[in-house]
Amino acid sequence: MRQGQPFFRVDWVVDNLDQITRRVGEQLYITAIAIVAGFVISFALALLVRRYPRLAAPLLGISGVLYAIPSIAAFVLLIPITHLTLLTAEIVLVSYTLVILVRNMIAGLQTVPAEVLEAADGMGYTRNQRLWRVELPIATPIIIAGLRIATVTTMGLVTIATLIGRGGLGYLIVNIGISQRFPTATIVGVGLVVALSALVDWLLLLAQRRLTPWAAAATR
Amino acid sequence: MVSLEHVSKRYGGAGTPPAVNDLSLTINAGEICVLVGPSGCGKTTTMKMINRLIEPTSGRITIDGQDVMSLPAVELRRRIGYVIQQVGLFPHMTVAENVAVVPQLLHWPAARISARVEELLDLVGLDPVGYLGRYPAALSGGERQRVGVARALAADPPVMLMDEPFGAVDPIRRERLQNEFLRLQHKVRKTVVFVTHDVDEAIKMADRIAILQRGGVLAQFDTPDAILAHPASEFVERFVGADRGLKRLSLARVRDLQLAQPVVVRPGDSRADARRRLEGSPEGIDGFALLVDGADRPLGWVHAHDLDGEGPIDPATAAPGAPTVQPETTLRDALSAMLLSSVQLGVVVDEHERVLGVISVDAISDALRGPATAPPAEARASGSVP
Repeated sequence: MRQGQPFFRVDWVVDNLDQITRRVGEQLYITAIAIVAGFVISFALALLVRRYPRLAAPLLGISGVLYAIPSIAAFVLLIPITHLTLLTAEIVLVSYTLVILVRNMIAGLQTVPAEVLEAADGMGYTRNQRLWRVELPIATPIIIAGLRIATVTTMGLVTIATLIGRGGLGYLIVNIGISQRFPTATIVGVGLVVALSALVDWLLLLAQRRLTPWAAAATR
Repeated sequence: MVSLEHVSKRYGGAGTPPAVNDLSLTINAGEICVLVGPSGCGKTTTMKMINRLIEPTSGRITIDGQDVMSLPAVELRRRIGYVIQQVGLFPHMTVAENVAVVPQLLHWPAARISARVEELLDLVGLDPVGYLGRYPAALSGGERQRVGVARALAADPPVMLMDEPFGAVDPIRRERLQNEFLRLQHKVRKTVVFVTHDVDEAIKMADRIAILQRGGVLAQFDTPDAILAHPASEFVERFVGADRGLKRLSLARVRDLQLAQPVVVRPGDSRADARRRLEGSPEGIDGFALLVDGADRPLGWVHAHDLDGEGPIDPATAAPGAPTVQPETTLRDALSAMLLSSVQLGVVVDEHERVLGVISVDAISDALRGPATAPPAEARASGSVP
């Protein structure tokens, strides 16, 4: 902390609203890309596992290993290949979402009771109709639970990507707050990350309730 | 009509023991055929080969003459009702959406679907207003089973497959669901293939029973009464149980018997007159006169030796508690009531409690010794089902 300066400077916040807003946008943008890409990849992998159940163990193993690589190490390893780009950040962020999303999607599809599958086949659903109209709707609560964890986790991880110049709110926290010993920026950055995480989490919960009204009936 | 011709199923390759072995069965249109047998007898496999949830290894299955292998499996299944033990309602769909599944797969117009859904809920005894929007989680076991039956009937399939449909509910509800289904079947006249391991359920539900034994071999295929009267093998005899005589009694009803007409007396009648009339009383009711009130309702039995002397009949001398039975009472229940009473005669009364006649233990025993009854005429009538 620089000498003679108040711990939190409201005037800095007011003066820098532009930059703060821009960083919030960046934060959301990077997170959204990671979650959407992670969701698409996980969905494809989960369908693969549904088709070939024997792939479940190796896939979960690989995603677990990816998750175990420290994020900073992952950036360092990727920089020579993809350089200081958004792609580098997203590769790391997406691989972290996989372990959560794949696991939850597989688990979600596995919660569909055997008798429900049998009834669906007996009614004359095709395999695709069964997936879209029966299995995925029933798996939705668990899939969204995975999305919520993955989103909150990614939201925090994005800030680390400031090390390669793609950090969203991480820029406020690290590049201004910590490097320049200016706690106001760190507090604003961390506060906004927490607030955004809570907000997105709440929105996803809301979406889940809208999508699965029957789940409330089941727990009543 | 559903017909199985030399159908076999092996889960392993050639040489492995078959689950179903060279089975031939013809199930008539509009009848309930119950497949029953111990576990491992292939009854469920047999049923699932009809809608191709399991494909036969060899042999041919036809529905109304059409080979089930000749059309795509999903199309076939949409034309066959399917009810399973755990019901398998879709938890994320309302009752209305569950019932609408097959009509929707068949692309019925929305108005027709919703009209049909309401009609079906009515048919299975669920008030559409209260149930349409509910989710399965908010239903009792019996209600779920009813919705399951409604869902299977939705597209009015001529054939219904039912795999232990009432196996997961308690005995009291099961009894009620069975009766409801029999009433329903009377209206809809489906060709039903019904799987159970419970021989009593088979006897109750079936027009004809196919008893299978281990390895998917058909042990006997006949009406419940014929199977109970003449088991084809020691296996069948053991399987239906040592009490098969009593089980037969639950298939026949009082109205099937020839009723005897007792000597009827009223309070205040002359004893001497009653004595004289008792001289010619029918066999099996020897010595007893039935005392009835002014509206022909039974009061009790009066024995000849209570009619000594002169003067009017005293109602106090009548043996009380003459068991009354209705024409619809099963012989089993009638016999039970008669054995519990002091005079082992059953008074058959109509809905106004008026005496129609009398049955004796001997009459029931005679009925058991008689030939097995043929299946009900309506079950034998084949032909198309609406």
